[in-house]
Amino acid sequence: MTMTEFSASHTATREPILKARNLVKTFGRVVGLDGVSLDLYPGEVLAVIGDNGAGKSTLIKCLTGAEIPDTGELYVSGQQVHFKRPQDARVHGIETVYQNLAVSPALDVASNLFLGREERLPGLLGSVFRMLDTKGMRRKAKEELTRLGISTLQDVTVPVENLSGGQRQAVAVARAAAFGSKVVVLDEPTAALGVRESNQVLQLVRDLRDRGLPVILISHNMPHVFDVADRIHIQRLGKCAATITPQSHSMTDAVAIMTGAAKA
Amino acid sequence: MTQQQTAGPPSAGHADLAEEFLDRQTPLSRIRNILHRYPALSPAIVLLIAVVVFGILNERFLRVENLSLITQQVAVVGTLAIAQTLIILTAGIDLSVGAVMILSSMVIAQLAVSNGIPGPLALIAGLAVGLAAGALNGFLVTRFRLPPFIVTLGTLNIFVALTLLYSGGSTVRGSAMPPVLTWLGSTFPIGPVRISTGVVMMILLYVVVAFILGKTAWGRHVYAVGDDKEAARLAGIPVSRVLMSVYLAAGAVLAVGAWIQIGRTNAASPNAGVDLNLDSITAVVIGGTSLFGGRGSIWGSLLGALIVGIFRNGLSLAGLDVLYQTLAVGILIIVAVSIDQWIRKVKS
Repeated sequence: MTMTEFSASHTATREPILKARNLVKTFGRVVGLDGVSLDLYPGEVLAVIGDNGAGKSTLIKCLTGAEIPDTGELYVSGQQVHFKRPQDARVHGIETVYQNLAVSPALDVASNLFLGREERLPGLLGSVFRMLDTKGMRRKAKEELTRLGISTLQDVTVPVENLSGGQRQAVAVARAAAFGSKVVVLDEPTAALGVRESNQVLQLVRDLRDRGLPVILISHNMPHVFDVADRIHIQRLGKCAATITPQSHSMTDAVAIMTGAAKA
Repeated sequence: MTQQQTAGPPSAGHADLAEEFLDRQTPLSRIRNILHRYPALSPAIVLLIAVVVFGILNERFLRVENLSLITQQVAVVGTLAIAQTLIILTAGIDLSVGAVMILSSMVIAQLAVSNGIPGPLALIAGLAVGLAAGALNGFLVTRFRLPPFIVTLGTLNIFVALTLLYSGGSTVRGSAMPPVLTWLGSTFPIGPVRISTGVVMMILLYVVVAFILGKTAWGRHVYAVGDDKEAARLAGIPVSRVLMSVYLAAGAVLAVGAWIQIGRTNAASPNAGVDLNLDSITAVVIGGTSLFGGRGSIWGSLLGALIVGIFRNGLSLAGLDVLYQTLAVGILIIVAVSIDQWIRKVKS
């Protein structure tokens, strides 16, 4: 995609799925976010990068309901929303995969996919005896994994702790993708992974985008960011220093903006 | 998937090799994976070996009367082990199980005998005591975020003191109670075997709790909370509510345990069951449930209680002093926890 094509596809003709305007969040005297705006368009991967303390996590937390911004507005599909807790964001179709805290190790793949929103059997068995529809959930879990192209994970009855780090991350991403109807937020999804596993997760991110699900990717890893991102939001000192694309800027440029050595 | 294998950078080939090496299964790791998957399997194997060995050592061991006696001896500990399993699955521990059961049994007996309250009502009062004790433990654990070990160490002493204050230290004999209170001490014949109703009640509880843990969302949430509290919370599970309900359920089970205890001993004594808390933990641990939470099976705890009962019974039939029974149980605990540690190392 060339620069001109890119900007053409993101002009006013398209409504952002997630829109943040002038978010401010302070912790006592510390200013975490100092008037940050962000747009996420359908079918794009937006990376958020920034040095430690730049406000990356705070921004993500405000977008996913884990923190409540002091001022500023948040819109989902053009409609203003006020998230008070992560569940609120979830109701609006925003699913988050948290770093290192994604899955319950002893539970199997299918149980993890449906954790917190289990499905019960129809009829009396479900309503009176509260029996889970284990078979149905396993079947759906398998379908979802196949749909996402996660072919290495066909046995959904394996406990998650028996999986490799990449496969675990894939389970977490699959859960987000299965239930996140509008936006998937990934916090450092490749931080603890090896080369092959990172590639699997990055491929998964591309697949999600190709299915039209926009992804917000928080990462420290510049090659990964430049590999999958369509646009890159650079946080610096609580503000958005620049929004660039892998085509318009090099990794060196991005690091320079991140550290304040250069302006966008 | 084929696409990304070719898309990977050159170093991916080496990473593949390294990962394949790590993935390679030895026969030992395969056994470990199976044990890991079925936590009740290792206690089942131990139980089988124990039965065979003690059966060879003494032909009286395998007689029906003796086996029936063993089940009666484990009925109370087996019931307490249900409550203990629920709490240990959430990565907690309950030192007050024995004390709660005794308090509940004293309330049941005193109300019926001294206050002349009808038996069924006295049993309901006992259930209320169990639930209240569970609510207190659960409240302290969820609201004040105190470690369950400390909370139940405190409530253990409180409940023991309350029991002595309430009962005045005196035992209530079964003969003075309404028949319904001692009903779980009765037996009924099935063919040549006499089955104790208390044992049937215990097994019934196991079936119900196994169903709830295995087949309902609540059961799955109990495992998830014990496994990784933060992951459970982020998955949208109301962690505090699950913990509270676990302590309440444990309290209810303990009240049934009180009923079984009255039947089994044909009395309600404030001095009974001081070390039942440790016995129940022993049964759970030998049964393969991990003290770190999130892993284990309720049936394992029944097997664990049976293993302890079989060791005690078999060793005494073999003519060994009671000291050796205690020694054997001690060794069993350490072996069981070591096996648990080894099993937990699966691909970590």
